[in-house]
Amino acid sequence: MTTRVDTVELAGRTPDDAQPYAELGLKADEYARIREILGRRPTTAELAMYSVMWSEHCSYKSSKVHLRRFGDLPPSEAVLVGIGENAGVVDVGDGYAVTFKVESHNHPSYVEPYQGAATGVGGIVRDILTMGARPVAVMDSLRFGRADAPDTARLLPGVVAGVGGYGNCLGLPNIGGELLFDDCYAGNPLVNALCVGVMRHEDVHLAKAEGVGNKVVLFGARTGGDGIGGVSVLASETFDETGPAKRPAVQVGDPFMEKLLIEACLELFAADLVTGIQDLGGAGLSCATSELASAGAGGMHVDLERVPLRDSTLTPAEILMSESQERMCAIVEPAKVDAFLAVCRKWDVLAAVIGEVTDGERLTVDWHGERIVDVPPRTVAHEGPVYERPMARPADLDGLQADDAARLPRPSTPAELQAHWLAVVASPDGADKSWVTEQYDRYVRGNTVLAQPEDAGVIRIDEESHRGIALALDGNARFARLDPYAGAQLNLAEAYRNVAVSGATPLAVTNCLNFGSPENPEVMWQFAEAVRGLADGCRELGLPVTGGNVSLYNQTGDVAINPTPVIGVLGVHDDVRRRVPAGWRAARETVLLFGTTREELGGSAWASVVHGHLGGRPPVVDLAAERALGELLAALSREGRVTSAHDLADGGLAQAVTESALRYGVGARLTVDGDAFVALFSESAARAVVTTTDPDAVRAAAERAGVPVTALGTTGGESLAVDGLPELPLAEVRAVWEATLPALFGHPEDLTGRAAGVVPAGTVPTS
Amino acid sequence: MRIGVITFPGSLDDVDAARAVRLAGGEAVALWHGDHDLRGVDAVVLPGGFSYGDYLRAGAIAARSPLMQDVVAAAGTGLPVLGICNGFQVLCEAGLLPGALHRNAHLHFRNRDQQLRVERADTTWTSSYEGGQVITVPVKNGEGRYVAAPADLERIEGEGRVAVRYVGGNPNGSLNDIAGVTSENGRIVGLMPHPEHAVEALTGPSTDGLGFFTSVLTAVVAA
Repeated sequence: MTTRVDTVELAGRTPDDAQPYAELGLKADEYARIREILGRRPTTAELAMYSVMWSEHCSYKSSKVHLRRFGDLPPSEAVLVGIGENAGVVDVGDGYAVTFKVESHNHPSYVEPYQGAATGVGGIVRDILTMGARPVAVMDSLRFGRADAPDTARLLPGVVAGVGGYGNCLGLPNIGGELLFDDCYAGNPLVNALCVGVMRHEDVHLAKAEGVGNKVVLFGARTGGDGIGGVSVLASETFDETGPAKRPAVQVGDPFMEKLLIEACLELFAADLVTGIQDLGGAGLSCATSELASAGAGGMHVDLERVPLRDSTLTPAEILMSESQERMCAIVEPAKVDAFLAVCRKWDVLAAVIGEVTDGERLTVDWHGERIVDVPPRTVAHEGPVYERPMARPADLDGLQADDAARLPRPSTPAELQAHWLAVVASPDGADKSWVTEQYDRYVRGNTVLAQPEDAGVIRIDEESHRGIALALDGNARFARLDPYAGAQLNLAEAYRNVAVSGATPLAVTNCLNFGSPENPEVMWQFAEAVRGLADGCRELGLPVTGGNVSLYNQTGDVAINPTPVIGVLGVHDDVRRRVPAGWRAARETVLLFGTTREELGGSAWASVVHGHLGGRPPVVDLAAERALGELLAALSREGRVTSAHDLADGGLAQAVTESALRYGVGARLTVDGDAFVALFSESAARAVVTTTDPDAVRAAAERAGVPVTALGTTGGESLAVDGLPELPLAEVRAVWEATLPALFGHPEDLTGRAAGVVPAGTVPTS
Repeated sequence: MRIGVITFPGSLDDVDAARAVRLAGGEAVALWHGDHDLRGVDAVVLPGGFSYGDYLRAGAIAARSPLMQDVVAAAGTGLPVLGICNGFQVLCEAGLLPGALHRNAHLHFRNRDQQLRVERADTTWTSSYEGGQVITVPVKNGEGRYVAAPADLERIEGEGRVAVRYVGGNPNGSLNDIAGVTSENGRIVGLMPHPEHAVEALTGPSTDGLGFFTSVLTAVVAA
């Protein structure tokens, strides 16, 4: 069966053929611009390429003008590769380079939770691999609607299984992340995945097609009909009745193939067989070929019929748009092609030479000898539309900020205060996350020094020198809703602090900016403010932004999610043996609080959990204090002065001491200054709790660093005893803290021990 | 002492197994699934992972790989073999150990620090332990539920073929809390938990797992 192929020649002869640009998501003026660039109407294949590459997802057309702020930050000596490549690369010392990035897969995960989340992990891992690095760990930052909402029960187990299933099967430890719930994510969960990779400086690879005559090799999985930009796209094509079935726009992952692809790529890099490389993610081959050609000096020619297919009935436009997973595209010198293909064969990875680098400035694609694409690649990949969208401060923001959390009824008795404490730590946001993290492999590769529930994940990168890295991901959306500028800075500060409490020195920043529709001026204002806040914050902390991802159109109906800038901070450990854990391990150690506690309850976990309230102002941002605290924590780790350190954030001191005590079952007797309610639930930033056997030395160091320090008490016993409150037995708080997620999503022991009725029919293997 | 670690397509914990061998004082030798070459090793470790993506059944395809034919033959003449997690699944699929590993009863992949009781301290891979000793090593699997037909299970128990047993909770619904079994001659051991992840205090919950690797070195020297 053959369909009529729309060639460049035909397009020239039929300039007035109507084209379904609107169904492909292009605006009339964007379509007009394509016609202007080409001097004719685009072919079907060209229209497909432009439509996917000029989508918000690929072109960043609404966010670009704002993201320039990150590029304007002062240059950092640590950055080896900055924004613009697949992922930024930073120097972590001793000749090692680290690349890390976080990316969203929100919409696919809503449609198909398991595959959406799994391919989210797969995509970010390929970005890291593309830079020349061995991926060494992943993290995930997840947000759902109310924990007890029926749709959350549909989404969460699938998303967690997808993140775990893909990462576990790749052999990448999951070292941390977030799991939070809020009604604003009811119809739009957030699934953000981070990957980090390690390489030697000289191993950095770039996505560039250089060297006329070099071959373009497509390798990995066969190309199928999955993940083609949606049913509307397919519906717009003219197909015979015998054409391919319409397939869903969510891709299906095969982590086994990706594992083979990782090992094959690393062997190809090591043997110096690769000139340039690009993974195939969003927009598939359209993206890879146009970006490679655009970044290089010349052009590129591809013979599309050479692409190995899973479905022989795919049209050329579909092949160009397919988002089939686990594929890579490499530029290879002709003399090295045989060796390249041999490595692929060793790893059972299919590879095909599909084209070559040409002189000239065109990207041309032929289909069985007929020219179906002839475009300037830069116009596809890098010169898409750019919008300065209108912005407006949300009309409800003044009212929201005026609705101060300070006016909320506070607990009036010690018993009530303790009840609020238990409510906060047993809330789905505050509760034990083992239900999720037990589904992730944290041990594989044997270099995981710290993983969840620690504040930061820590990975050893050299077994001889003990050099390592720390990573944290944080994104408090309540603060960002109340003030996106401050909220983004508070998230930056929290991730910075989480890395610092582990004893690492913060080095670089990545981000995943999850927002509503950019066509809503209020959302656009939130976005611009968050970017401005993050850029200003990074300038003040002296940290570069090495990359990131923007996810827009996150909304349920017309209601946008709370602005959710998820910030990742990478830090360096000279010696991971000096890492500082968050849990209390021994009795009779002194508990100290670093930082200043103010009455700051706006956007707090207490206001949310106890009163369902979001209003007022977020905590004050004091980045100078964060920096002083971070430097102090690094110094104390270096000198081995503290036995534990835990960041204070959501849920304040109450949450932090609960987590530190429950980690190893060591309680404490504590005294708090002033109002116990404020002391326990304020979420003032720039604070951490540490334990030490040498309080005088720690106090002296804090004083030298200009960090306020308060004595809280002493570890020991089997309860948390705060002066003036009833003693809280650890067994009691543990019971409520651990019960929440299993009660919502099912307890594994119920199924291993006895038959339980919660297993969906058809999911029990019969073999 | 040369201990081979086989890499199948989809093996993941091969680097960990090799590290454990080195930390125990042995020389780790990388073996490739597609070769018919055991490279003269004194013992073999089949590491964890998802060989061939767990396609068909976990371990089923790897059990039929070229090198496994050599492993089965050499095991017949006494080559010590340790299968960890996916390696255990491969050994069961290859017929070197009795029973099978099914999907966890609760259907989740599960990773936690697990207590094990060493039931047999006289195998090639467990002689560094005391009989009845309780150790803590990570467990992490999706298809780790040990099953056998009732008559087989009775025989396995009767012959004392259970090498390690879960205590303090059964993570996956394994019958009789069985975590690992041994061959009749005690030279082949397979277990779902991961001793190779408990060999350094820095990265593991304990260093209890090292005993598996020191055991075989002692045994090989003695032999």
